[in-house]
Amino acid sequence: MIDAGAGTAAAPRADVGHGFAARGHWRPPEIAFWLAVLATVFLVPSWHLILNDVAILGLFALSLDLLIGYAGIISLGHAAYFGFGAYVAGLLAKYWIADPVIGLIVAGSAAALLGFVTSFLVLRGSDLTRLMVTLGVALVLREIANQLGWLTGGADGLQGINMGPILGLFDFDIAGLVAYVYSLIVLFFLFVLARRIVRSTFGLSLRSVKDNPMRASAIGIRINARLVAIYTVAAAYAGVAGALLTQTTSFASLDVLSFDRSADLLLVLLIGGPGYLYGGLIGAIVFKLMQDWLANLTPQYWQFWIGLVLVLLVVIGRERMFGWTLPVRAYLERLGARIWPDRPAPARKQ
Amino acid sequence: MATVLETVGLEKRFGGITATSNVSLKIEKGARHALIGPNGAGKTTLINLVTGVLQPTAGQILLEGQDITRLQSYQRVHLGMARTFQINQLFPDMTPVEAIGLAVSERLGLGGDWWRLAGTRPGVVDDVVDLIDRFHLADVRDERTATLPYGKQRLLEIALAIACRPRVLLLDEPAAGVPEGERRDILAAIAALPKDVTVLLIEHDMDLVFTFADRISVLVNGALFADGLPREISRDPRVKAVYLGESLDA
Repeated sequence: MIDAGAGTAAAPRADVGHGFAARGHWRPPEIAFWLAVLATVFLVPSWHLILNDVAILGLFALSLDLLIGYAGIISLGHAAYFGFGAYVAGLLAKYWIADPVIGLIVAGSAAALLGFVTSFLVLRGSDLTRLMVTLGVALVLREIANQLGWLTGGADGLQGINMGPILGLFDFDIAGLVAYVYSLIVLFFLFVLARRIVRSTFGLSLRSVKDNPMRASAIGIRINARLVAIYTVAAAYAGVAGALLTQTTSFASLDVLSFDRSADLLLVLLIGGPGYLYGGLIGAIVFKLMQDWLANLTPQYWQFWIGLVLVLLVVIGRERMFGWTLPVRAYLERLGARIWPDRPAPARKQ
Repeated sequence: MATVLETVGLEKRFGGITATSNVSLKIEKGARHALIGPNGAGKTTLINLVTGVLQPTAGQILLEGQDITRLQSYQRVHLGMARTFQINQLFPDMTPVEAIGLAVSERLGLGGDWWRLAGTRPGVVDDVVDLIDRFHLADVRDERTATLPYGKQRLLEIALAIACRPRVLLLDEPAAGVPEGERRDILAAIAALPKDVTVLLIEHDMDLVFTFADRISVLVNGALFADGLPREISRDPRVKAVYLGESLDA
């Protein structure tokens, strides 16, 4: 790929064009990841309930990754959109339409609208102001949900939700199989869409805004419009995740809007690492399994261990902690290149 | 000749300090116009005002007769004005191909396309390859910008501005800090700019100014001090006094 003759080498048109197109190819580790996810449907039926939680948390973290990893917007109140989607889905099912798919679309749209409106507040100012504003929006929303007890059930939560069968065919079962498959399908569909978005010109322009906003506007990018757009999309994703939670548990409580949920989400993304889309999913798996395992081990102190892991992550650094996987990854990529020879090795990233 | 870029009584004050003082400057179409002056004369402030990074306290900026004083940076880019920065303003995590591909796509109005893969629309790749070759970036085209040698980063800095295909180009000390061995590429790239592109160049390097410019303005303490042909400026005793100790005869 790299020519030796400094300064004089010509860039072959086909290579550059191919390089752009190759960015969309599915790489072997990605395919392996999704095959493994698919396998859990068949191999570990007793885990479906917790895996459903993992899938929902993964989708929620994916949504935050779009903001932090790609647009550089830090949020401490992303639960606002998750919770809004959760309540919209619950209320819709309780009072009007019990169809889950319609519920998802309505909840996602409602959260997108809320995201669009609040984005104008959030995009002002520095990172610190953004943290405060996002936190504020979530707190305000939680209090509204608390005060509207006649509608939301207040502190008791929204009860009496009876979800209909998915597409009129599949009823949610007690073992969680339908719920898990449903959440997975939604997660996969939205993941593919997000993958598409971040590899588009729009996605590239977001990265440029994150990298260097001054230069981004100097090449003609209208920064605020791009940030409003991705904030709206991320809010929609969070809303769908919230709706999935309500639909698969037939319940929504103030907890969906809580500060803890926003903070945990940051943790999840930090564990998996932002900026490559899989971080949210991997983080969700590690976080939920760790939570489950530690809660069994020391029911009262599991947060101590989570906190310890977080501190270690930051102090040691993810690279050093997982550096030992590099040879394995390199081997897998070489293997992949042999199996799919027409796919060029991905651009070297450091 | 037609005036392409004009400032009328441009003024910028930061608190009590006047960084730009009543600057009225006319740049002719196709000019190679150099803006020189001692350190702290307000050259970069003037560029920042013209490109919309800063808002002037008073005065007007006209691009091809249109008042652009209140327009934002990105809008001025769409009207055909691009710039480079004195200190590299690049995208550290992106490769030259990605960065140039983005600038070209934005020029073609594809920046909002959220569905198709970046760089796969017709026209983009041809332009990217052309710019990569012109600016000697072929050998590093897929490397992270942050890891490139300084000279290459400087070339990319200019390539990104050219990718916007400007009619007016503002170069803020393009050769600053470039090691001697890599200067040649930069100077050649500047010399090879299309003739119909109007260039406003800020530069400390008098060799570069006097080989390149066909008109020179001197800025001192934020105000326009002298304006004229290179040979007039080089003989102006007042300018010599300002540049005491620096040679203008080169």
